[in-house]
Amino acid sequence: MSTTVNPAAAQDAAADIVTSKPVSRGALVRRRFMRNRWALGGIVVIVLLYVVAFSYPLFSPYSYEFHDTSLTYDPPSLSHWFGTDNIGTDMFVASMRGLQKSLTIGLLVGVISTALSAVVGAAAGFFGGITDRALMWLVDLLLVLPSFLIISIASPLFKGSSWLILVVLLVAFQWMITARIVRGMTLTLKTREYVSAARFMGQSPWRTIFKHIVPNMSSLLIVDATINVGSAVLQESGLSYFGFGVQPPDVSLGTLISVGTGSALTFPWLFYAPAVLLIITLLSVAVVGDGLRDALDPTASRARRREKRKDKLA
Amino acid sequence: MFGFLVRRLINYIVLCVVATFLSFTLSSISFDPLSLLRQHNPPPPAATIEAKRVELHLDQPIPVRFLTWGEGVLHGDFGETTKDHAITEELWRRVGVSLRLFLLGITIGIALGVLIGVASAVRQYKLFDYISTFFSYVILATPVLVLGPLVKQVAQAINNATGSEWLQFTGEYSGTLDADAGWLAAFDERLRFLIVPTVTIVLGQIAYYSRYQRSAMLDVLGSDFLRTAQAKGLTRRRAFFKHGLRTALIPMATLFAFGFGLLVVGGVFTETIFNWQGMGAWLVQGINDQDTNVTATVTLFVAVCVLLSGWLSDVLYALLDPRIRV
Amino acid sequence: MSASEITLDEGLLDGAGDGPVLEVADLDVSFPSESGRVHAVRGLTYQVARGEVLGIVGESGSGKSVSSLAVMGLLPEQARITGSIRFQGQQLLGLSDVQLSKIRGRRISMVFQDPLSALTPVYTVGDQIAEALLIHGRGKVSKHAAANRSVELLDLVGIPNAAARAKAFPHEFSGGMRQRAVIAMAIANDPDLIIADEPTTALDVTVQAQVLEVLKTAKEVTGAGIVIITHDLGVVAGFADRLMVMYAGKAVETGHVNEVYQQPRMPYTLGLLGSLPRVDAAEKLPLVPIKGQPPSLTDLPPGCPFAPRCPMAVDDCLTEEPALSEVDSTSGHRAACIRSAELAATEAAADEIEGVDASNAAAIETAVEVFGAELVAEPKAALRPRTERPTVLGVESLVKHFSVTKGVVLKRKVGTVHAVDGVSFEVREQETLGLVGESGCGKTTTLMEILGLTRPTGGNISVLGKDVSTLDAKGRKAIRRDMQVVFQDPLASLDPRMPVGDVIAEPMQVHGFDAARINKRIPELLDLVGLRPEYADRYPNEFSGGQRQRIGIARALALEPKLLVLDEPVSALDVSIQAGVINLLDKLKAELGLSYLFVAHDLSVVRHIADRVAVMYLGKIIEIGDVDSVFGAPSHPYTQALLSAIPIPDPVKERARERIILSGDLPSPANPPSGCRFRTRCFLHATLSDSDKAKCIEVEPPRESQGEDHEVACHFARTKQVV
Repeated sequence: MSTTVNPAAAQDAAADIVTSKPVSRGALVRRRFMRNRWALGGIVVIVLLYVVAFSYPLFSPYSYEFHDTSLTYDPPSLSHWFGTDNIGTDMFVASMRGLQKSLTIGLLVGVISTALSAVVGAAAGFFGGITDRALMWLVDLLLVLPSFLIISIASPLFKGSSWLILVVLLVAFQWMITARIVRGMTLTLKTREYVSAARFMGQSPWRTIFKHIVPNMSSLLIVDATINVGSAVLQESGLSYFGFGVQPPDVSLGTLISVGTGSALTFPWLFYAPAVLLIITLLSVAVVGDGLRDALDPTASRARRREKRKDKLA
Repeated sequence: MFGFLVRRLINYIVLCVVATFLSFTLSSISFDPLSLLRQHNPPPPAATIEAKRVELHLDQPIPVRFLTWGEGVLHGDFGETTKDHAITEELWRRVGVSLRLFLLGITIGIALGVLIGVASAVRQYKLFDYISTFFSYVILATPVLVLGPLVKQVAQAINNATGSEWLQFTGEYSGTLDADAGWLAAFDERLRFLIVPTVTIVLGQIAYYSRYQRSAMLDVLGSDFLRTAQAKGLTRRRAFFKHGLRTALIPMATLFAFGFGLLVVGGVFTETIFNWQGMGAWLVQGINDQDTNVTATVTLFVAVCVLLSGWLSDVLYALLDPRIRV
Repeated sequence: MSASEITLDEGLLDGAGDGPVLEVADLDVSFPSESGRVHAVRGLTYQVARGEVLGIVGESGSGKSVSSLAVMGLLPEQARITGSIRFQGQQLLGLSDVQLSKIRGRRISMVFQDPLSALTPVYTVGDQIAEALLIHGRGKVSKHAAANRSVELLDLVGIPNAAARAKAFPHEFSGGMRQRAVIAMAIANDPDLIIADEPTTALDVTVQAQVLEVLKTAKEVTGAGIVIITHDLGVVAGFADRLMVMYAGKAVETGHVNEVYQQPRMPYTLGLLGSLPRVDAAEKLPLVPIKGQPPSLTDLPPGCPFAPRCPMAVDDCLTEEPALSEVDSTSGHRAACIRSAELAATEAAADEIEGVDASNAAAIETAVEVFGAELVAEPKAALRPRTERPTVLGVESLVKHFSVTKGVVLKRKVGTVHAVDGVSFEVREQETLGLVGESGCGKTTTLMEILGLTRPTGGNISVLGKDVSTLDAKGRKAIRRDMQVVFQDPLASLDPRMPVGDVIAEPMQVHGFDAARINKRIPELLDLVGLRPEYADRYPNEFSGGQRQRIGIARALALEPKLLVLDEPVSALDVSIQAGVINLLDKLKAELGLSYLFVAHDLSVVRHIADRVAVMYLGKIIEIGDVDSVFGAPSHPYTQALLSAIPIPDPVKERARERIILSGDLPSPANPPSGCRFRTRCFLHATLSDSDKAKCIEVEPPRESQGEDHEVACHFARTKQVV
């Protein structure tokens, strides 16, 4: 016979695996994220802010309790970077204290509320029925009755108690929107055949949720956690601005801005120091969130853009 | 379809009642309106306090108090403040103040937001897109409590530069205008006070809607039906506007309901910062005065606003999307 | 070249010149991507003459769709396109979007693959067709005239009650009707060239037959040249005049359709022909699996791109990519293979294969020989007669109704969907029952009821002799060990976050196997389905579709079940991959003594793999029996229509066949017709006398025996040969 017949070919069903082993998902996500200079900058800024907020004694000789009554309303100078306030407190130190609280509250609320959303949303979507209807109704209610309103009304109750109560309250009213998104996602994932496969092999519902559903939403959850951090910082500063949030002696960026607003035209540093820190924090969180979304979303179009730019140069 | 809208409306009304009840209950638990009285010096006699307690119905269980108040509301009576003023007297003026601010802000904001969103989707990755994206990011990251004072300062700078005091940013009107100054002067007067806070609201609204409109447009950009439209001979641009824009407006209808809720909360800050005596400022005052009737009234207002915008967005959705017109 | 050099000859817009309608030469298209530039089309050259039908065949990623989008000028901006595309002599490459838009929809039009998303959801169908007329009417066509014409066009493409339907929105149309509307739009301006990109892929076979018929009408009405793009060699066999087979962005074989099917001169074409199960094969033919998968188009090595998968590859194949060269100077048959001549010699020497009466039998035999395919041997011990074997799965009068509810807060019941309405069948040990029918017939619901192991709305399900309605949670779990499932979509059936080893281990963990036993079993299972044991650490996304389906099968086999439920296990796979999986299923059944319930819409696959077949229509089984009886002597009009709608990859046979075209769409299962459910679309019913018709309307036909192991539910059943 003239042809080279290779009977083994037919049997070797294994064939070749995709020639070169592709990079793992994690590495790909990291690579995409690192390529996004904005998001990278955002994460650097957040880490930096956090580090500085806790290590400010290394940079400043003043303590928060120290009031230099001879030096009130002093504009920013080499000795007082952000100036001083009406009783001579160093604004840099005050801002760092405020930043500490705002960032800590934001991170705690973001992470806890997202975890809560994941569990509740996945359960509602997976089991359906009454849990599901109740959850949807709660979300609708939250739209009608904004969490800001509830927490501010409840604020006299926890006047004088720890800021941790505020974290609990913020978490309690922050999880619903994400939970609704998680629920929607779960409804989609539930129809995936690997979830059916788990059911038909006798896997228990809760195990299916934690093994197959929640891990497959991790990109959504990471992005939403970031968004939730941002909105928690925003909520906290808003509440504190009116005195409904962080209570003295604790300070947060919100309380500082509240004090500084009155003097914004006369002693601008009192307003700008905490305000700019707040904007930088929120902006960084937002670009990190977007960067993560782009990196985790396989349809991200950055590569194409890059190539296009290269084409133009060529 | 009509049935659907009616059912939605009923659902919203139920939500409204529940929300107000929750707010009322929470306020009643949280507030202690007698504390102010007790702090008087010299302390008033126990009988006076007791009389106030009965006057405020504090001797009754909360649900009963809510029903009493609710019954009044049905008759147009929202009760009295802890300082014995009838809420109804002040209510409509304050509602007017708030709505003037919100409705103008949201109308201009949505119109500009959608325009800018579409423009930056059309010019994706071009200069305009980069600039509008950058500004939306910055504005979205700037809470109203910072944005307000900033806009104020810009207005002050404009005033300084023009050497006038035309732009005003404290209160709604000066109260110094003569009664017979004519409508033009009255209009000018209102406008001077309206511009700065409205700009604050509009900026936020533009940033919010333009981001969503941009991504809705980009989603539609890759759709098969846009390709079909081009295949039948529409230019890319015409296909984009005739088939793309029309479809990309659909998700905006849902967003509108949510955006309005955010706006009302933001209104609390806007009003406080610019010293407008609207509903938002009233809420803050009500909490500080430990006044359940005021907070419940404000809650009801917020709920009705969100309800109406939610229902409006249902109607809009039905108008925009034939798939749900059943 | 820049846009300014190319001008549009406006005269072209009205008249048609001589010569080929379309000439594509040296077309190259590439896109940027994460992993580098993808060369989707490489040096493609072809022509289409006036009134000619050119079929472009290839698997996913072969560049067939991209090349036609390039002709339309509809590729995304970042695509880099070089070469030449001439339409009636006019160069199209380099024209501006505005200039191209004057030609698009007027002289060249296109029909897309997915009719569900091809129409703008917010405008009525009539308006969208009228728009095509108004754009090119240059103000001379009034809105009214355009609206009238669009109704005429809808009528022409066979939409009943066109005037009323023109006012409907796309979501009110079924998939088949939407595709007709798209075709109506395409022929609105009497074009000279229609490009149809997989126009029937998303549709059921009977609807596919309808749409192909409409395309033929379109061709007759407009006299246009047609380019039809497909992955299905059957679809083009009866329709195309010439064929172009594409692989890795290149044409690898082109010629008159008969020659390509009868004397393929490129091993890839040969393999494709051999890998197709044939619905007209009375004897089981061996299926040719093509190993491996198409190459990545980012970084092609030198040489023939098919060489790594080719059984005939020699060292020379790896040095230089063969050009498309003539194998027969008289007919223009060309192939890109350096061993074409040897292929011809093998073909001449090939032996007869029994059981199929095909014009291209020699080609199929050559494929079997070259690729070395063979049939799985029957199980060692001869099987006892069917009736003596125990029943593994028994379904009796199964009923499943869904309530249709309306309302968000207060759900009201507004109707009942009779998804499954009295279905009975049984699967015996070591037997494969094929359950077939079009989408909406209830086959998936039947499957889910069986897999759910809960008490059905009505009737009984028994698995391995146990009635499921009597089971408690523990008993149900025990039964799950013996009944496993393989799903349709190999992408969705494996959790992307779990390594393959864990995927396969999961059922064993659930059923309490100890770790040592699981670790021992994973490599065994991978080996069993033809994968390397080292693959256990890899993630599903590192595998091709066929390999993933093997992993799914390995998972199903982990607990050593007796019954496998297969839900369209090969329909999502490319043809060349499909054969390998079918062969594996055949082998496993013989080696492990499994029973299969095989749900599919592809009757060719069912004929190949099943022992018995049940045909479903609107929640009922209308014909059931031994495969050879049902396929060889179908007695129910629906079975006949279904079988006749299946295209056969044999141009001579395909053109000679009489096709039964069903009218209309499947009725809603919420409101099924009285009596016989098929009567509304039945061609036989239409020819009956009034009293006989009344019987169809009033009396539901019972399932009656038509011979040994062959039952039909039709009052007027008569055998008709259709394949």
